[in-house]
Amino acid sequence: MKTAVIVFPGSNCDRDLAVAFEQATGHKPHMVWHRETQLPDGIDLIGVPGGFSYGDYLRSGAMAAQSPVMRAVSESAAKGAYVLGICNGFQVLTETGLLPGALMRNAGISFVCRDVKLSVANSQSAFTSRYAADEEITIPVAHHDGNYFADAATLDRLEGEGRVAFRYAEEVNGSARNIAGVLNEAGNVLGMMPHPERMSEAAHGALDGKRLFDALASV
Amino acid sequence: MKARVTITLKNGVLDPQGKAIHHALEGLGFDGVNDVRAGKMIELDLADGTTDAEIEEMCKKLLANTVMENYRIERA
Repeated sequence: MKTAVIVFPGSNCDRDLAVAFEQATGHKPHMVWHRETQLPDGIDLIGVPGGFSYGDYLRSGAMAAQSPVMRAVSESAAKGAYVLGICNGFQVLTETGLLPGALMRNAGISFVCRDVKLSVANSQSAFTSRYAADEEITIPVAHHDGNYFADAATLDRLEGEGRVAFRYAEEVNGSARNIAGVLNEAGNVLGMMPHPERMSEAAHGALDGKRLFDALASV
Repeated sequence: MKARVTITLKNGVLDPQGKAIHHALEGLGFDGVNDVRAGKMIELDLADGTTDAEIEEMCKKLLANTVMENYRIERA
């Protein structure tokens, strides 16, 4: 499997994500700078990493969504490549329109940085097939703007179509219906606020995040 | 030619920053503040002849996220 990690000015989880991709696939990902207009040929999995792209100017992810490389990411997604957006990457994917909804300021205003309990709402996707249905897992979050918002009709549709991948199993940021991660209609794009790459080695204390990368590496 | 774009959260969308400001005003002893909503203002210095439709496009494509925000355009 060929993978790529997008790097924006202000990304800071790009190298951790690259390590997780390499451990799962056995190959180093291509690190692709935001000014690139094309991705290397034959990329199967694209990671949009966490961080503070463009200093979160205007809105988290808003500037990155307009960068040249995101056009290439959207084209690859349309052709079926897997796209995983984590934290700021999730914000970028909603701003790009690859995923519905928006991530607003946390309801409690504070930046939240801790391990949180999630429940796996859809264990059938390419990203979540190594989890059991409704399994409770622990993955860290670190964000200021993680409060998922969409109108009621959109939320109903996401739930009805099994596109909620993860829910918070505790109160974290005020997200609508406790949504922590959502899939696109085709099931090849996932955005999530928690950081699976920070829970994917024995030294991290648990391996709950590793199973997401292992699932992707085996599709 | 200048235009001013005011961006506010849609009605009904929780505004934690507005709430915090409200709380702080109360803490300072300002009674009688019923509610506070925070937003942002973007001032555009535009070439003459920029149309309303073009400014609308700027708002929809970048300046506001219409999932959660409203925008208002005023020409100065």
